[in-house]
Amino acid sequence: MSIGMASGITLGAYIVASIFFILSLGGLSSQESSQRGNLYGMAGMGLAIAATLWGDVAHDDVVRGYGVIAVAMAVGAVIGGILAARVQMTSMPELVALLHSFVGLAAVFVGFSTYLDTNVHYTGVAKTIHDIEIYLGVLIGAVTFTGSVIAFGKLKGIIGSKSLMLPARHWINLLILVACIYLGYEFVHADEIDAGLSRLLIMTVLACLFGIHMVMAIGGADMPVVISMLNSYSGWAAAVTGFMLSNDLLIVTGALVGSSGAILSYIMCRAMNRAFLSVIIGGFGTTRSSGSGAQEIQGEVVAINAHETGELLSNIDSLVIVPGYGMAVAHAQHLVSELTKKLEGRGVKVSFAIHPVAGRMPGHMNVLLAEAKVPYDIVFEMDQINKQLANTNVVLVIGANDIVNPSAMESPDSPIAGMPVIEVWNAHHVVVLKRSMASGYAGVENPLFYKENTRMLFGDAKESIEQVLGAL
Amino acid sequence: MKTGIPKEIHVDECRVACTPEETQKIIKLGYDVLVEKNAGLASGHLNKEYQAAGALIVDDTPELWKQADLICKVRPPEQHQSFGIHEVDWLTANKTLISFIWPGQNTVLMRQLEQSKATVLAMDSVPRISRAQKMDALSSMSHVAGYRAVIEAGQHFGRFFTGQITAAGKIPPAKVMVIGAGVAGLAAIGTAVNLGAIVRAFDTRLEVKEQIESMNAEFLELDFKEEGAGEGGYAKVMSDEFIAAEMALFAEQAREVDIIITTALIPGKPAPKLITKDMVASMKQGSVIVDLAAEQGGNCECTEPGCVVKQNGVSIIGYTDLLSRMAAQSSQLYAANIRHLLSELTPEKNGVVNINMDNDVIRGTTVVHNGKITWPPPAVALSASHRVGDKKASVVKAPAMAKTPSARNRAFKTLAGIAMGALVILGVGAVAPQAFMNHFTVFVLACFVGWQVVWNVTSALHTPLMSVTNAISGIIVIGALLQIGSSSPIGSMLAIAAVVIASINIAGGFLVTQRMLNMFKK
Repeated sequence: MSIGMASGITLGAYIVASIFFILSLGGLSSQESSQRGNLYGMAGMGLAIAATLWGDVAHDDVVRGYGVIAVAMAVGAVIGGILAARVQMTSMPELVALLHSFVGLAAVFVGFSTYLDTNVHYTGVAKTIHDIEIYLGVLIGAVTFTGSVIAFGKLKGIIGSKSLMLPARHWINLLILVACIYLGYEFVHADEIDAGLSRLLIMTVLACLFGIHMVMAIGGADMPVVISMLNSYSGWAAAVTGFMLSNDLLIVTGALVGSSGAILSYIMCRAMNRAFLSVIIGGFGTTRSSGSGAQEIQGEVVAINAHETGELLSNIDSLVIVPGYGMAVAHAQHLVSELTKKLEGRGVKVSFAIHPVAGRMPGHMNVLLAEAKVPYDIVFEMDQINKQLANTNVVLVIGANDIVNPSAMESPDSPIAGMPVIEVWNAHHVVVLKRSMASGYAGVENPLFYKENTRMLFGDAKESIEQVLGAL
Repeated sequence: MKTGIPKEIHVDECRVACTPEETQKIIKLGYDVLVEKNAGLASGHLNKEYQAAGALIVDDTPELWKQADLICKVRPPEQHQSFGIHEVDWLTANKTLISFIWPGQNTVLMRQLEQSKATVLAMDSVPRISRAQKMDALSSMSHVAGYRAVIEAGQHFGRFFTGQITAAGKIPPAKVMVIGAGVAGLAAIGTAVNLGAIVRAFDTRLEVKEQIESMNAEFLELDFKEEGAGEGGYAKVMSDEFIAAEMALFAEQAREVDIIITTALIPGKPAPKLITKDMVASMKQGSVIVDLAAEQGGNCECTEPGCVVKQNGVSIIGYTDLLSRMAAQSSQLYAANIRHLLSELTPEKNGVVNINMDNDVIRGTTVVHNGKITWPPPAVALSASHRVGDKKASVVKAPAMAKTPSARNRAFKTLAGIAMGALVILGVGAVAPQAFMNHFTVFVLACFVGWQVVWNVTSALHTPLMSVTNAISGIIVIGALLQIGSSSPIGSMLAIAAVVIASINIAGGFLVTQRMLNMFKK
């Protein structure tokens, strides 16, 4: 008997479930179809689980212990339900990171469980391949697990978001890699389960350390890339588990998730004009010489108070709001929405401009605005809004810095040169809400603050907007 | 230190160097403010308002000059008729004077100031750099003058500015031509556009074209290539051919437009004559010309400085006191300029003037320092527009050079990638058994399907995408379910743990996705 050789009906159900999952992702192509997409996903999942359990009836020995399963799934579902209901939208990145780590951990458990299972016997090349699959599954799962846990900690603020720069960190990584390959070789050639198990355990510890080290070295604003990457890894972990268990549904789903995460990582890297590898290697802004970015900025920072901002906003036709991580930190999205409604009530055309890497995960700002009931048809992507900015009266930059930095376009030797940015300085007036003059994540001075048409509204974003609302 | 605000003595001057509002702010810089009695009366600021703001009202003019260490004025010092004494004679050593000076034109005054051993800052010499814009009184005064020019034109123009359709019939909009798009010109353009007129503007400096067009006015372009921008953003004298072409353009426009506002000035030179007698004669009855250059001789041949003349039914306004005609507004702006300069001079806010000659702005503005003439200052950095131009050029060049090889590189890389991938797959196929290859086929195809599908996901839904992929990667629960029947008890336990964890993902992922998607509303 071989695991996963389910009956024809089970296989058929798996195919249908795969299609549901593909439709689920396809549904997210627009807001209108997105809810349907999520329902497809649920249907696919329900079908897949039902078919797997039902396979027991047909095949007598595939799944045992319904009682245990029911309890286990119920416990998980309740925990998941509570998490989903309680999470604040500003904390979505944390939740997503946490869920990534669970997939990684589950992959590790299933890998060990499969290795310990003596019901299955492979010989020859098939055994080698099966062992490699187990080994890889555990490896990717472990990296995903600890990497995501660290990412969670950083997002939650339990761990400092600064990148940790160990001396010789590249050598440490290389050493771990070589050790894993060597252990893998020994693992595949181990004759007895105990010998193999010890290698597998050592490798798991090493992979966990690698995951920790990798994410520790990546700083806060690179989190969108890290989250997407871990998303991708969690998919690959599931796919390898599928190979291990000869289960096509797992392979298909894992591949879908894996490529989804890979695309998101790619989009995020492109939005920062950085190579994926350089993000993963980590340490942005610290390895570069300070001289390259330190250009003399002409001009002066002019502050504005909330009252004057209110006056400025009361005489305009069009306003573009550029939110950044600062808005999420200050939980200011509801007040921003209120401001939007008030101004729209006066006939002002209000739009939002979202940079792909604004916030700590892809699409983070969109979710926050949606939560605050900002209609999604006034929320635009960077490329859509850039053309309109020259005809905009006022741009309000709320807690964003690097994504509106003109030096990305103007000074070729800036560390962020070539990164696409929202060209807010083309508008008639720019008001930047900011705590202080500190530079952004990239550590680059922002000449925007010194432009003639820029005014700085210093203070906590939430309080500032509250005062502006009062002044209106 | 004590700051004194004397009453202006120039004939018909209504402005004042400090308003009650700015008085408060100057006191915050650590100064005591003395205001001459009735100094603000002509601009509508009462003595008691100054007092309420914290100033001390001084009755006697010589007493004010004597007490104050720092004098802020509008007009350059001149002979005081009622006291029969020149204001400079009150300006003793160690005092500081801030006012308009015009050191280029007023050489005699400069010599007197030199002998006084005082320090003098000229509001007309504030360098034209971005940082000093808030102290640039020339700009703020020009702005007021430009606005007022349109209002004065309206006074003498017997018709509407804006086109209207009334019950009695259609009224065409007025056509306004503005010559010279400096600060005054742009203010005039803005005001006329806001009143509804059709506005055309001309300037020898091509760089202002964008600014004119951004204000919804039309830029009149000559079919002639010559850049008219001189140092510091001002205009320079043009070649004869250019002037001929320009005059032809004005002659043509004069026949068509209703109002001409001229603002053409070249620093240190008499105003260029741009509107000839013939052009005035060719204009429509009831047309108006406002000559903002009247004080420097006028841009129109018919201008008489200080008054309005009528020729062939065309009113030519040559007022030189437009600023005093809006004394409240111009005083407020001038006072704000003065206050900004004071805060530059008083970085410590301790009420002591610090003439720091290393500071570009202060260096440029100071024309006499402790009795030594420091004018003209050494050249400061270029005006902003030049640098922007240079920068643009270099930025445009860089990507253009990089483009060609990189496109080829990318195509090469893609091809190499595909070839590598194909080789790997072939290699795997050569050694792996049939069963594995079946799964591998599914895997590769699924990757491609995922790739295609996910590119279509709108970026606004990237967060829900991640949470839904969280949920569906909970599919690993199936692997765990299958392993619950493992022969090893530890294996079974691990599988049960995996089922719990994966279920968290499934429930949590789908529910939070649903919660988020419910929020996206039009």
